[in-house]
Amino acid sequence: MKPAPFRYLRPTSLDDALAALHQAASEASPDGDEFASDRVKVLAGGQSLVPLLSMRLTQPELLIDLNAVAGLNRIERDGEDLRVGAMTRHERLVDDPMITAEVPLVAQAATYIGHRAIRTRGTLGGSLAHADPAAELPLVALALEAEIELASLSGTRRVPASAFFEGPLSTCVGADELIVAVRFPLATARRPFGFAELARRHGDFALALAAVTVAVDADGACRAATIAVGGVAGTPLLLGAAARALIGTRLEDDAVDAAAQAVTAHINPHGDLHASAGYRKAMAQLLVRRAIQTARGAR
Amino acid sequence: MSPMSRWPLQCIVNGVLRQLEVEPRHTAVDVLREQLGLTGTHAGCEHGVCGACTILVDDEPVRSCLLFAVQLEGCAVTTVEALASPEGELHPLQDSFSAHHALQCGFCTPGMLLTALDLLARNPDPTRSEVRQALSANLCRCTGYQQIVDAVMDAARSR
Repeated sequence: MKPAPFRYLRPTSLDDALAALHQAASEASPDGDEFASDRVKVLAGGQSLVPLLSMRLTQPELLIDLNAVAGLNRIERDGEDLRVGAMTRHERLVDDPMITAEVPLVAQAATYIGHRAIRTRGTLGGSLAHADPAAELPLVALALEAEIELASLSGTRRVPASAFFEGPLSTCVGADELIVAVRFPLATARRPFGFAELARRHGDFALALAAVTVAVDADGACRAATIAVGGVAGTPLLLGAAARALIGTRLEDDAVDAAAQAVTAHINPHGDLHASAGYRKAMAQLLVRRAIQTARGAR
Repeated sequence: MSPMSRWPLQCIVNGVLRQLEVEPRHTAVDVLREQLGLTGTHAGCEHGVCGACTILVDDEPVRSCLLFAVQLEGCAVTTVEALASPEGELHPLQDSFSAHHALQCGFCTPGMLLTALDLLARNPDPTRSEVRQALSANLCRCTGYQQIVDAVMDAARSR
């Protein structure tokens, strides 16, 4: 349970970090080496990476530590978004006044992440990069229609959360790119929302989890909604069909039933030793149901 | 630079300035134990599940098996060795653990104490449920959880 030796770099600026990553990525994959991503690892909070290093499931030659890079933990309004720096720790997501006021779903979901001694280190960007299909922050990034801001030496690009996750522990981040921030559109973030999660014990990874936002007109009709579920596939899922079942309704019980049925129809979870496929499916629709009811009560 | 290159590290451990050289792959718990001789911090699962290695870094709890020692640069570290007075007088939490038989084998105890210390610093009058939730971060394989919760509740009441 000791990490294999690696070369360690601790850049203090984003430019230095990107330059180190670029150089390492180009050295590692002169002709598209498929294992290049394992030769270099980026260390954020370390709460998922360090166990993988300790178990030697990954043995990078180079570890680039982002913890001394200035400016990656800023939280700021930028136009119609709240832009949250990638190195923002989970514990700050729980209680930062900007987060609790502008993107309260993020603050609520963050309380479910592990334990305080995990949240003091773990980061927003790290959680998205790790892309665990049962993790809270990837789920709420989907439900809030967030964009992930990626930087490399050649510039920055923004990827919608719906295009970011490619599979279990797999994202679209390139070998020479870093996640620098997540942008939460305030229009979605300010909607009534609900979040529900099932775990065996407080702080455990979820067996299933759900996040819902609803936009309701002055006359009480739902004009937009997002429904995201986690723990039921290789990535968290945005369930458009289930959300459409709510649109135009007043979120009455029939509409909640229709959305829950759409969830059941559109997910196909695997069973494992923690929960059978059928149980996960039943719980996912139940958690969506509860999250919609919470959002309905918050109108 | 060879992969085994050591990095200088300067940090404050239990109020004492420490200057040493560490291998980047060595975790904080291993350096505390092996290089500084502070064996009060226990290495349990070594992958962030059990909480036995919990320490405070800049007054916040962290799992010292999930942090490389080199990352402690410029930080103030508190381990279980700092709880009792230099004369050996136990901290009220330690007294309470003793009075309530809140340890059997004692392996989880340092992590439990530091988790409880952090809880009571932020929430001096917790409910039993809040204590249970905070301690859910730490595993006790002797399963003496009830007495540990009793001890933390009593320590909070008698402060």
